[in-house]
Amino acid sequence: MRIIVCIKQVPGTTEVQIDPETGTLRREGIEAIINPLDMHAIEEGLRLKEKYGGKVSALSMGPPQAEKALREALALGCDEAFLLSDEAFAGADTLATAYTLACGISRIGPYDLVLCGLKTTDGDTAQVGPGLAEELDIPHMSYVRRIVDVDGGSIAVERSIEDSYEEVEATLPCLLTVTKEINVPRLPSFRRKMEARRMPVTVWSAQDCGGERSRSGLEGSPTRVVKVSPPPPRPGGEILMGDPKSQAEVLIQRLRERRIL
Amino acid sequence: MAGIRVLLGKCTGCGLCVTSCPFQCITLVNDKAVIGEDCRLCGVCVEGCPTRAIEVEREERRVDLSEYRGVLVFGEQRRGIVSPVVYELIGKGRELADKLGENLNCVILGGDLKAQAADLATYGVDRVYLFNSPLLADFRDDPYTQILTSLVREIKPRIFLIGATSIGRSLAPRIATKLRTGLTADCTGLDVDSEGNLIQTRPAFGGNVMATILCPNHRPQMATVRYKVMRKAERNPQRVGQVIIRGVEDKILDRTRIKRVLTETEEVSITEAQIIVSGGKGLGNPEGFKLLKELAEALGGAVGASRLVVDEGWIPYRHQVGLSGKTVRPKLYIACGISGAVQHLAGMQTSDVIVAINKDPSAPIFKVADYGIVGDLYEVVPEIIKLVKKLGDRL
Repeated sequence: MRIIVCIKQVPGTTEVQIDPETGTLRREGIEAIINPLDMHAIEEGLRLKEKYGGKVSALSMGPPQAEKALREALALGCDEAFLLSDEAFAGADTLATAYTLACGISRIGPYDLVLCGLKTTDGDTAQVGPGLAEELDIPHMSYVRRIVDVDGGSIAVERSIEDSYEEVEATLPCLLTVTKEINVPRLPSFRRKMEARRMPVTVWSAQDCGGERSRSGLEGSPTRVVKVSPPPPRPGGEILMGDPKSQAEVLIQRLRERRIL
Repeated sequence: MAGIRVLLGKCTGCGLCVTSCPFQCITLVNDKAVIGEDCRLCGVCVEGCPTRAIEVEREERRVDLSEYRGVLVFGEQRRGIVSPVVYELIGKGRELADKLGENLNCVILGGDLKAQAADLATYGVDRVYLFNSPLLADFRDDPYTQILTSLVREIKPRIFLIGATSIGRSLAPRIATKLRTGLTADCTGLDVDSEGNLIQTRPAFGGNVMATILCPNHRPQMATVRYKVMRKAERNPQRVGQVIIRGVEDKILDRTRIKRVLTETEEVSITEAQIIVSGGKGLGNPEGFKLLKELAEALGGAVGASRLVVDEGWIPYRHQVGLSGKTVRPKLYIACGISGAVQHLAGMQTSDVIVAINKDPSAPIFKVADYGIVGDLYEVVPEIIKLVKKLGDRL
């Protein structure tokens, strides 16, 4: 099986704080990591390779420092890594990102399966995977929690749909977005880590990727973030005093006054 | 940084942009602003610069936008039941359409939905487009994408709203990509400006900030909308819309097949519950949820949880409240031992009444609570249960 795993480098925490005075994010000292759900996509790719043979390629679009994330993917066991990096890709929304990744995938060559994490912790849209499948003109299945079977030209999976699950089958090549239920990602071995240091990460510019320049980066992005503001505050409440018994009594009284109970 | 530049002649080195940048990527070098590689071209610095010294270079594509009018809502259904988020989309869609002086239409795809389509038409919708075919009974991305894309190309809506459900999140990006238009995920606020632009608001960075997003030069403007955020539409018998039945071709692209439906959970989903009792790390151990379940049962509600305890495996994911879980809007939300990380608050702060019980008086949850109890939940909750049960006996 020829598998391509798409990964993104993201800030290591979303529990960032807002500076109350300036209203800006405090981002000092936060390290960059592989998007946690993408770790599950890598793991699933490696497991499929162990079962069916083949090759796993890791692919990312990002600034030059995203090479670190791809090197981690190599240390986990991916066979090769590609970074799409160019100033022309900056400011991409999900449509432009999907387009650029599709150009990169076409350049890598024939494949059977594309794996993505369901969503990233920073963008949190879950839109790039399905959009990428549409760009590649292949079917996709989202919210995949288990791969049931790969058989000839098709793949069967369990996907979550609202509060239930469905077993769904699609023809290959196909794209899956995976949830954290799918597996427990491995840790890189020391030996593999050392090997990964010497493995190449292929960097492709916009020119290398080909495609229409007007469809990547800011130019290819229909959406614009025009404002970033702190969430609206909620009016202050009442602190109920006393021992647990009287606190409970006042609470019930208040809830009855408001006709909640 | 490409795409943005500082006009050195105008920059006075005041540093306002340095503090206003949400990505902290502007520095002052020799009293002039320098924009770093982390710049996301959001434009916040451009607006805030007193000397107009920063410019974002945008090559805007001019498309004839005037042909696009009205609001279209995707009428998601599963097994013949219209998803509850659809009524909220109709409520919001009607408000936007009225402000624009345009139509609100709805599209519904399924096996046999004549009755459902007629019913939707009583909620203040001008037209309901109905695609009835056994081929469409179950949701599959390929046929749904194809039909909705052709309908959009034909009726050219200005705005296209889809529920941010697992179906909507899978389907909307495919349609937007096919149409090459903008799509904003998980909106919690929608409005229109005087030029008919959809002003989309969504939480970003784990709920730390709200981002306002526009799609100025492409149509339709597409958004997925979080369930339980917008007000539901009311039935309006004075204003019944028209149902337009559309044919479906027999040969339609379809590369996926549903083999079987696995489980259907019996419990009340937290998004439907009127009362939610939620637990976090302050419970100390998974056993603590037994106490919360007792309170939830006494109140006729459901049990929720914070991300931390779901990640710990104390309770299944379907109970998770927050940005990475579900958004809830119950009449009463009782947070027990939850400190109140922003990503949790973003998923529950529109609840009607919030009660917080926590040992730590400085926990952020108290900032959103209507009633705060500083104390040990294992002492307070049993007292509440006693009183609720007594109340139940009297009724």
